[in-house]
Amino acid sequence: MQLLGAAGRAAPAGDPGSSAYLQGLVDALVELSSRDALTGLANRRAFELALEREIDRVARSGEPALLLMLDIDHFKRVNDSFGHNAGDSVIKAVATALLDSVRPMDLVARVGGEEFAIVLPNCASAFGETVAERVRRRVAHMPVVIGPGQEIAVSVSIGGAFAPQWVRSTPALWVERADQQLYRAKRQGRNLVQLEPTQVSVVSNEEKQLLFDSFQPSDHD
Amino acid sequence: MSEAPAAVAGADSRPAQSRKILAVTSGKGGVGKTFVSANLAAALARAGRKVLVLDADLGLANLDVVLNLFPKITLHDVFTGKSSLNDAILPAPGGFSVLLAGSGMVEYSRMTAEVRDQFQKVIDEVTPKFDHVLLDTGAGISDVVLYTVSLAGEVLVVATPEPTSLTDAYATIKVLATTQGRRKMGVLVNQTRKPGEGRQVRQQLQNVVDRYVNPQLDSPVRLDLIGEVPVDPAVRDAVLRRQLVLEWLPGTPASLGIVAAAGKLIQN
Repeated sequence: MQLLGAAGRAAPAGDPGSSAYLQGLVDALVELSSRDALTGLANRRAFELALEREIDRVARSGEPALLLMLDIDHFKRVNDSFGHNAGDSVIKAVATALLDSVRPMDLVARVGGEEFAIVLPNCASAFGETVAERVRRRVAHMPVVIGPGQEIAVSVSIGGAFAPQWVRSTPALWVERADQQLYRAKRQGRNLVQLEPTQVSVVSNEEKQLLFDSFQPSDHD
Repeated sequence: MSEAPAAVAGADSRPAQSRKILAVTSGKGGVGKTFVSANLAAALARAGRKVLVLDADLGLANLDVVLNLFPKITLHDVFTGKSSLNDAILPAPGGFSVLLAGSGMVEYSRMTAEVRDQFQKVIDEVTPKFDHVLLDTGAGISDVVLYTVSLAGEVLVVATPEPTSLTDAYATIKVLATTQGRRKMGVLVNQTRKPGEGRQVRQQLQNVVDRYVNPQLDSPVRLDLIGEVPVDPAVRDAVLRRQLVLEWLPGTPASLGIVAAAGKLIQN
């Protein structure tokens, strides 16, 4: 009860000790344990559960699903120059912007200090870029109030990967693939979206060159 | 699906049974994938193993042509409930068993949830009865191929020493490594023209994987040379007579290559 009170939640309805009351208490605690305290977004644990569920669904239904990993650019700089309260304001503002730029069915989670993730079920690969771009732009165009009369601009880098359809992959592998793209977005200058290329042409010219590089047709000897 | 072992916890918990399942795939068609599947199965059978070859190329199956079989009952009849699975498992000339897709399977060339459930059910039911289940998959990297390969614990990529085949074999390896988390894959080089060419082809593929794929993975992909099968007129002769080269012309270089590859598979 103290836990719920501290989190600003109302006490469950019903007589204390009644089964409705206990059920209400359990529900409230489960809800609390899946939320990030600062932003109210899903926390890492809830995110991992959602990923597993989504992989199950994709393996069964074959519907495409997109995972976006996001990271606030130069967040350390915000903290260092304006203090941790400003940092918290930035995180809360980004959380709101993310929630506002996706569908209600999508799961937005805070998975680390300045790291977020979005799971988008049933998102066709043709729309992936558009969705991720929309999220990026929303954050970039949003001024964050960090004190009286003090506003700063922030941006996020976004990496994304689609779950392989029909195939039972693992949450770790999916996250790794999206993270890979996030690093690419960071390396290429931040405030950018990078999605894993879909597998239309998986072999680049450089790869082909190396493949044939020392390859000597055997009928020449 | 009710009797399928539920994969609840780790999504990658491929059941122990799946280690018996070997997906034979290639990326490119016409490199001898079905020839390799059938003759490997015969060589494994000769070594005393119980082997089933499953025609997993649902759209364009031709294992029946290679084996000179005209099956009355196929996987199609099992899927539509017309006959039992046991009735569809047929003895093949090389001393192994086959489960053929049948031409009616063309309609399954897209993997619907229903087809996948059916397919999974068949795999779950047959695997305990055999020492090896070989999945002769389709060519290319379609969703059907990726799905059927995902059912197997082991993968064998068949390639020939030609640029197009190498490229497609590499693409297959790359996609399986990145989308299925495969870290160990077997390579069989068919139609080699000089001894050691199989080793060279494997090394070449490994070089490109090391340079372009492995740096992006948590643990590196390792390719394992399972064997090389030399160009051999005996193969053409056997194919034209619709016989297994292992049966028709044992002791020829191609047959010996297949037997050696089977030995390597058993060792692993």
